[in-house]
Amino acid sequence: MATDELREGLLATLRAELGDAVVGSHIRPGDDLWVRVTAEAWLTAGEAVKATLGCTYFDFLSAIDWLPSPFGRDMDSQEDLLVSGAEAKEPPAMTTGYAGGDTRMQVFARVSNLERHYGVTLKVDVADDDPTLPTWVPVYAGANWHEREAWEMYGITFVGHPHLVHMYLPGDFEGNPMRKDFPLLARRVKPWPGIVDVEPMPGGTDDEEDGESE
Amino acid sequence: MTAVSDHDQLAAMAAQANDARANIEFEDDGMTLNIGPQHPATHGTLRIVAKIDGEQVISAEPIAGYMHRGYEKLTEVRTYPQVTTLINRIDWLGSFANEVPFILAAEKLMDVEAPPRAQHIRTILFELSRLANISLFLGDLAIQLGGLSLGFYSFRDREFVLNQIEAVTGGRFHPNFDRIGGLKDDLPKGWIAETKVAMEKMRSFCDEADDLLFGNEIFQKRTRGIGVIPADVAKSYGLSGPNARASGIDWDLRRDNCPPGLAYDKVDWKVWTHPDGDAFARSWIRLQETREATRIVDQLLDTIPSGPIMAKVPRIIKVPEGEAWVATENPLGEMGYYIVSKGDLVPFRVKIRSASFNNVSIVPWVCRGVYVPDVISILASLYFILGDIDR
Repeated sequence: MATDELREGLLATLRAELGDAVVGSHIRPGDDLWVRVTAEAWLTAGEAVKATLGCTYFDFLSAIDWLPSPFGRDMDSQEDLLVSGAEAKEPPAMTTGYAGGDTRMQVFARVSNLERHYGVTLKVDVADDDPTLPTWVPVYAGANWHEREAWEMYGITFVGHPHLVHMYLPGDFEGNPMRKDFPLLARRVKPWPGIVDVEPMPGGTDDEEDGESE
Repeated sequence: MTAVSDHDQLAAMAAQANDARANIEFEDDGMTLNIGPQHPATHGTLRIVAKIDGEQVISAEPIAGYMHRGYEKLTEVRTYPQVTTLINRIDWLGSFANEVPFILAAEKLMDVEAPPRAQHIRTILFELSRLANISLFLGDLAIQLGGLSLGFYSFRDREFVLNQIEAVTGGRFHPNFDRIGGLKDDLPKGWIAETKVAMEKMRSFCDEADDLLFGNEIFQKRTRGIGVIPADVAKSYGLSGPNARASGIDWDLRRDNCPPGLAYDKVDWKVWTHPDGDAFARSWIRLQETREATRIVDQLLDTIPSGPIMAKVPRIIKVPEGEAWVATENPLGEMGYYIVSKGDLVPFRVKIRSASFNNVSIVPWVCRGVYVPDVISILASLYFILGDIDR
């Protein structure tokens, strides 16, 4: 595996700056860098990537819910099968992605250095029982709307956010729709017909399919 | 004549006064003006709640969500090839361009690369989407600032581009043409010559816009020095595309960090920047970008390599486990997808980073202290598509 001196260097700089707060990292050589920090150091990490790594450009901030969907791959139609007497499938164990993770919820953000053309994806674990994080708005003004979105969709509170109100949903909406255990209501009304429909691709391995369908 | 006692009459008047009072909100800091949700300047249904003091805006808060369709949730229950149908509808004026970063991210995870011919045609269609998108911007800008003619011209001339997109993909607005590993189909016969004619027409449209709009004194008065965004503010809000370049940020994802799978390294064009950062600069950059796009298309048309248009990919696409972020320079700015895959038929999580979401989040900052008509100039010059904000 080729080494990536630029990103190794960035990671070393961040480790020197943040110390033990860097709890995980992942490098895809020549492409990308992931760094996971502790929740206490989230704000400091934001300041460090901006000041030390020169990542002044704010791409996005969002969250991931690592819980495997309790409704299965086809979401709610699975529940309908259960009602009609099918056997319940055991959901797979929870795994996390690059740079690891210990909690169900993670917030991740991406910032870029426009002069030297690299970007960093920062990740942070959010405690399951107390999903709060300090806000990034003082560091990156653009985080304002992104944090509102993450708050609304995942129920993560950003302490110190100036205007944490609903972005898309009506004010009296209950629940956090992007969480994996929030059912997709459209699927409860009608089973999804497209789940078996895999489109034949030109140049695919089954050439006789192409001749018929194209 | 019916007699009404003084007492009854007074009671009726008091009741009326009570009713009236209930409908007036007394505010000590100016008044609240709702722009939208149905206003031509909002390109759909964005509501701007502006607090104004006389003619001056104290604060302006965009309210989004009238068109939220929940694409990030919906992608989690669709197979990878099915996702492109959805994300086509994010920025509906340049819809092919929406598919490209998603497909590139999936290709990155699968470690597939489209054949050179597919990369070329993909880039041509990408630039045609840009032309379709930005030509309408120029017309729309003119309409909102009171010059109707260019609006008609832009709708007229955009047809030439849409016809070319339709000839290849079969869809004028929602091509759904990009595939993991290549494209759905090859170019039809005679398309290259026709597209060259269309590019010629787009160039003359640009000249028309230059004369009618950018040389117009009223237009200049309404845009020069209005809504100035300095470069550091633009960066911290994540402004991208022409909006960032108009603030002097020399950053274009076609030239810098261009993801593999597009053929921008094979063409020669100029990335325009402007130092002013005002509404005029943003509009002017888009005009130049339209011209550059026609140049890119022309060069690519001359150099299309022969060969297949699809790489060998499995018929049922399973994307290996991993995470990938790919962003491209879409007509509206940086659009990227962060895909988390669990090695399944469907993505585990797709974060859609759309350009307009960040571009519009700066509205409260930039609209503070401007005059009411300038809000329209600023909104028009920031140029957003509602589907691109709400997703």
